[in-house]
Amino acid sequence: MTSVVEVRGLRYRYPDGTEALRGVDFDLQAGESVALLGANGSGKSTFALHLNGLLEGEGMVRVCGMEVTRATLPAVRRKVGLVFQDSDTQLFMPTVLEDVAFGLLNLGMTSEKANQRAQVSLEQVGMSAAPGRAPHHLSAGEKKRVALAGILALEPEILVLDEPTTFLDPPGQRALAELLRNLPQAKILITHDMPFARATCSRAVFFREGCVASDGTVNDIAGRFGWDFSDR
Amino acid sequence: MRHTVVEDWSRGSSTLHRRAAGAKLLTLAVFLVLLASSHRRLVVLTAALFALLVWAILAARLPVRGVLSRAAVVLPFSGVFAVVSWLSGDHNRSFELILKSYLSALAVLVLVGTTPLPELLRTLEIARVPQFLLTVMQFLYRYLFVVLDEASHMRAAAASRGGMTFGAAAGVLAVLFARSYSRAEGIHRAMTARGFDGRFRALVPRPYSAADGQFAAACILLLLLLRAATEVLH
Repeated sequence: MTSVVEVRGLRYRYPDGTEALRGVDFDLQAGESVALLGANGSGKSTFALHLNGLLEGEGMVRVCGMEVTRATLPAVRRKVGLVFQDSDTQLFMPTVLEDVAFGLLNLGMTSEKANQRAQVSLEQVGMSAAPGRAPHHLSAGEKKRVALAGILALEPEILVLDEPTTFLDPPGQRALAELLRNLPQAKILITHDMPFARATCSRAVFFREGCVASDGTVNDIAGRFGWDFSDR
Repeated sequence: MRHTVVEDWSRGSSTLHRRAAGAKLLTLAVFLVLLASSHRRLVVLTAALFALLVWAILAARLPVRGVLSRAAVVLPFSGVFAVVSWLSGDHNRSFELILKSYLSALAVLVLVGTTPLPELLRTLEIARVPQFLLTVMQFLYRYLFVVLDEASHMRAAAASRGGMTFGAAAGVLAVLFARSYSRAEGIHRAMTARGFDGRFRALVPRPYSAADGQFAAACILLLLLLRAATEVLH
């Protein structure tokens, strides 16, 4: 197995002085799905933003063999697809199709090719009937799917999803879990939803106060940190 | 987002919507120059131009009352200068300011109500409007909705707890700024994550057709005739 993400000694302090990451070590193998667990403010989302170069901390972050630096950012962002917690943050173009094609056009693809690729991605997430719809008219589940389509269109090797089940009803969560299971990419899922983590990931990493406190199977971590209320 | 009325209008399918943004922009430019440079028989000319714009609104299947009332947003600004002119004894200028500013706003609203913004910006880019200005326009448009959205959330929250006093409003404005800033930062981060480099690209740049040229020529001719007719009447 080859590591598609290698992180060593990652530290980050927000401008207001809050120390969010205090030396994180992490590895992700090709095709692997990992759940990032931990309390709010434990550093999970801050960590994820480093994978795409959106935050720049101390330490080493390597994606698909490339160290994340300003020079490698465009290439890194092709490799890592980040799906944000609030879909409204991600969807801002007037129509679904234009939003999915946004990243493709930024990569320099022609309108025709971007259009085709966007249609394929929408089909992949079961939203092929919605290209002309306005994103703000979609349901939360549909928005999440479109946001994911916008990332899948870029054909990343690594998917990072921040709280993907937020605002989703149980059928929507099941559909998303099913969709994610069928995607070949390596995945990092930041979640508090243990049934969802079990359904999609084989491994879990527990964050506590900006550090990786433990690494193991989802059930092992949930049991060790008393993190699962679903069976009580 | 619930503040996308004009955005929704611009996605129509009327004949006016189908015309290329460049043709409409050129017509608008001629309209504004003719209006701004008119001083004689202004009431007759503005009445004719108003009728023309109402006809355009109907042809574009836009809600007449909605468009007319939104164009009035310019009046508080031009009204101040109109009042100053009135008080200084220049009553004609006062009327002129009101009429011209309202008609100009109405004409611009007809353009943006029948042309999707990415297409409009793309056309401005072709017309060599500086990229920096276009980026500012796009962000202004985008973040205006963000601020409005945050404001509506806060208003709902205040209303559910008995409303807001005037004294609390200043504090609320500061919170609104902080929340909008934070949300705008998130949006920018999401755009950057998908390779945004400061330049917006249109998915489907609409090709120009002969019909667009004919449309612009006919509209400009009509405007010139109207202006000439008012001059002759004078």
